[in-house]
Amino acid sequence: MQFMLLFSRQGKLRLQKWYVPLSDKEKKKITRELVQTVLARKPKMCSFLEWRDLKIVYKRYASLYFCCAIEDQDNELITLEIIHRYVELLDKYFGSVCELDIIFNFEKAYFILDEFLLGGEAQETSKKNVLKAIEQADLLQESEDEYLSVKIFK
Amino acid sequence: MPAPIRLRELIRTIRTARTQAEEREMIQKECAAIRSSFREEDNTYRCRNVAKLLYMHMLGYPAHFGQLECLKLIASQKFTDKRIGYLGAMLLLDERQDVHLLMTNCIKNDLNHSTQYVQGLALCTLGCMGSSEMCRDLAGEVEKLLKTSNSYLRKKVTLCAVHVIRKVPELMEMFLPATKNLLSEKNHGVLHTSVVLLTEMCERSPDMLSHFRKLVPQLVRILKNLIMSGYSPEHDVSGISDPFLQVRILRLLRILGRSDDDSSEAMNDILAQVATNTETSKNVGNAILYETVLTIMDIKSESGLRVLAINILGRFLLNNDKNIRYVALTSLLKTVQTDHNAVQRHRSTIVDCLKDLDVSIKRRAMELSFALVNGNNIRGMMKELLYFLDSCDPEFKADCASGVFLAAEKYAPSKRWHIDTIMRVLTTAGSYVRDDSVPNLIQLITNSVEMHAYTVQRLYKALLDDISQQPLVQVSSWCIGEYGDLLVSGQCEEEEPIQVTEDEVLDVLEGLLVSNLSTPVTRGYALTAIMKLSTRFSSVNRIKKVVSIYGSSIDVELQQRAVEYNALFKKYDHMRPALLERMPIMEKTATNGPTEIVQTNGETEPSVLDTKHPPPVTQPANQVRANDLLDLLGGNDVVPVIQTTLPTKPASAGGELLDLLGDLSLTGIPPMTAYNKNGLKIEFTFERANPNPNIAVITIHASNSTEADMTDFVFQAAVPKVSRHSLELILKCLIMKHSRVNSLFNQNCATVF
Repeated sequence: MQFMLLFSRQGKLRLQKWYVPLSDKEKKKITRELVQTVLARKPKMCSFLEWRDLKIVYKRYASLYFCCAIEDQDNELITLEIIHRYVELLDKYFGSVCELDIIFNFEKAYFILDEFLLGGEAQETSKKNVLKAIEQADLLQESEDEYLSVKIFK
Repeated sequence: MPAPIRLRELIRTIRTARTQAEEREMIQKECAAIRSSFREEDNTYRCRNVAKLLYMHMLGYPAHFGQLECLKLIASQKFTDKRIGYLGAMLLLDERQDVHLLMTNCIKNDLNHSTQYVQGLALCTLGCMGSSEMCRDLAGEVEKLLKTSNSYLRKKVTLCAVHVIRKVPELMEMFLPATKNLLSEKNHGVLHTSVVLLTEMCERSPDMLSHFRKLVPQLVRILKNLIMSGYSPEHDVSGISDPFLQVRILRLLRILGRSDDDSSEAMNDILAQVATNTETSKNVGNAILYETVLTIMDIKSESGLRVLAINILGRFLLNNDKNIRYVALTSLLKTVQTDHNAVQRHRSTIVDCLKDLDVSIKRRAMELSFALVNGNNIRGMMKELLYFLDSCDPEFKADCASGVFLAAEKYAPSKRWHIDTIMRVLTTAGSYVRDDSVPNLIQLITNSVEMHAYTVQRLYKALLDDISQQPLVQVSSWCIGEYGDLLVSGQCEEEEPIQVTEDEVLDVLEGLLVSNLSTPVTRGYALTAIMKLSTRFSSVNRIKKVVSIYGSSIDVELQQRAVEYNALFKKYDHMRPALLERMPIMEKTATNGPTEIVQTNGETEPSVLDTKHPPPVTQPANQVRANDLLDLLGGNDVVPVIQTTLPTKPASAGGELLDLLGDLSLTGIPPMTAYNKNGLKIEFTFERANPNPNIAVITIHASNSTEADMTDFVFQAAVPKVSRHSLELILKCLIMKHSRVNSLFNQNCATVF
C-alpha cells in the first residue's frame, strides 16, 4: 500500500497515512485530486478505479470514505478486507465508532492503524492481538500519567 | 502563563467556527500560543501542544515549526511523549530534509529499550518513513532484532527489514541468515510478515528466488492447514481462516513457481483444492479465489488447472458484485493472449459488460472485446462495439474508434462492410476520431478500387447532413476531389445512385471553405479537392475563380496553395492533368500496422490493370518516351533487372498533390529490343510487381541463337543520379551455358530479388 486517506463526504481529511516519501505539497495535491475523484463517483460504481499509475480501492462507511492506493501487483479484493478489518478495530476500540470519534481521537486512530499495518503491509492478522496491544500501550500511558499526575488528554 | 488548552477543547472550539476566516483566526491565535510555549522549552505541555499542532496540520495549516519539538518528544523518557513524538515525526518530517536524520540516534536507543511498546514505536517509524541513510545506519539493529523470540516485536522487525530492503536493496544479503526457519512459526502475525519478507527478497533477486524455492513444500503445507483446519475464532473471517495469510502465501507461490516446472507441479494440487473448496458467497472468499487464479495463470500450470481458472473468472463475470466483475475483466485481459480460446467462451458475457454503468468496467470490457475480435465473430462483435461507440462517454470514443478501425482492417469480411463500418464511425463519433486515422482511411479508400463510387456517394451524403465533424469532412473532401466524376456521373452500383450536379458538389466544397466550423486543415483539404475537380469536372472557370479568391487568404497555408494552383492554371496548364491524376494504390508503411491493406478476407486484390483508371500520363510509343518514363523512375539504359520502390506516401494533410508520380501505368509500355547483333538479342519487358504494384520490374530476356556458348557476359548499368527513389541495383556476372538462356536468366534474377 502506498497511502491511506480517510475523508468525510464534504471532503474534509480525517486521517492520512503515507507509506511513500512525498513532499507536503505533493501530498496536498494528491489528496485534493483523489478526494475530488472519489466523491464524484456514483454509489452504484465499483470500489476500484485507476488513478495515475496506481489502483485506488475505496469504501464508504457511514459518512467516512476509506481510500487506499495500492500497487499493480496488489490484490484489490483483499485490500477491501484490510479496510474492513481496520473499521472493525476502530469499532471495537471506540464501541460503535462514528466519525466524531475519529475527529476527536485522531491520534488513537493512528495508533490503532500503526498496530495493524506497518510500511503498508499487515503486521497482525488477529483482531484480538491488535486490540490487546493497543490496550496495553494505553495502560502504560495511563499509569505513567497517573504517576506524574498530569492528565494530558482528558 | 496559563496552561495551554487541551487538545479536545481546541478541536471543539475550531469546529464551532462558521467560516473559513473564523477558523483561520482561531488557528493563528493558537499557533502563536504554541510557538511561545515552545520557545519557553516547556516540557510538561510539549506533548499537548504538538498534538494540537498535528490536528491543525491535518486541517491543512503549516506546522513545520513543530518538527524539532517532535524530536524532543521522541528523546523524552515518557511513553506519552514518545507516542506523540513518533506520530508527529511520521506526519511532519520529510525524508528530504536533513532534520529527520536527527531522529536516527533516538530510534537506535529506542530499538533497544526495555519496554516492547517503545521498541514497537521505533520500529513502526523506521518501517514507515525511514530514509535510505537511516536504513543504512540502523540495518544492523534491525538484523539483531530479527533474532528475537518476542512475536510482538518479530513481526514489526520483519516488516522493518522489508522497508530497509526496499530503500537499500544492497542490504538484502544481510538478512539472509535470519530467514532460516522463517516458516516454522506458529504465530500468524509473524508468519504473515515472514511471507512478505520472503516475497520481497524473491522479487528482487533471482539468486534468492532459487534459494527459497525449497520452501514450496512448506508453504503448501501451511496453506493446506489453513484450509483444512477447523474454526479458529482468532483468525476467522466469514468462515475462512486467516484470508490475509492465505492470499500472501498464494502470491509467494506465484513468484516461486513462475518459471519453474518442479515448483509449479508441487503446488498444483493445493491450487486446485483452494480453487474448488473456497466459499464464494462473500468478498473474502473471492479475494482468495482471485489470488489463486492469478497464481495459476502465472506459473507453469497444467491445462486442466488453467481451464479451471478461466472458468472461475467466467463465474466472476456473472457475479452481482461489480467489484468481482471488474476484477474478472482485468484478469481476463491479462490472459486473453495466452488462453484465447478459453476466454472466447465467455465472449457474450464480456460484451454484456459493455452496457454496465460503471466506467472502469466499461473500459475493461471494451479492451477485452477488441482483444476477442476475430474473423469468425467480426460481424456480431462490430455491431455491439458500434452500438457501444454510439452510447459511450466521450472519454471512450477515441479509443473505441481506433479499435474499430483496427479490427475492421484486420477482419473485414468484405470491402463494402469495411467502408460502411468506417462511415458509421465517422458519422457517429467523427469528432473523436484520432488525427492519424484520416490518412489511414484515405489510404484504405484509395485501395478499395471498386468501392470508389459507393464510398464517394455515401461520404457526399454524410457531408450534406453535417459538416462539423472534421475527420469526416476531411475524408469526404478528399474523396470528392478524387472521385467527384464518379459521383456526378451516377456510377454507383452498390446502392441507388443519387443525382448530383457539378455545381452542387462545388457548392458543398465551397461551403466548407467559408464555414466557421472548418479548421484550417479542413479548408486545405477542401481547396485541394476543388482544384482536383478541375480535371474531372467541366466547370473549370468556376474553379479558377474560387482558387484565385483564396490567393489572398489570411491563412498562409491556404494562400500558398491557392497561389500555386493559380500558377498551375496560368503557366503550367499543360501539366495540370498529369498533376491532378488519380492516386495510385498506396503501399501501407510499416508504422501503420502489420497487415497489407490490399489483402482482405474473402476478397480478391484489386486488379492491377484497372480499367476505371484514367489513361496513363504518357503513351510511350517510342523508345525515347519509354526512357523518359524510366528516367522518372530512375532507370536509364538499365540492363539487368531493377526493382524500383516508390517512396510510400500515406496521404498527409495536403500532400496529395505533390506525388508527381501519381500514376505508374507501365502496362502501357511495350517490350523493347535493346540489342540484337551477332546472335545475341536482349529485350526488356516491363510490368508491375505482383503483389506490390508500386514496384516496377524490368526483365531482361537475353537469347543466344548461336551454337556456341557465350561466356564472360558482363552487365553494366549506367544510372543517372536520382534523389527521389531508392534503387536496388544488383549486378551479376553470369556464364551462360545454353542457348536457352532466357528462362535461366529470368529465374536467377527473380531469385535475386
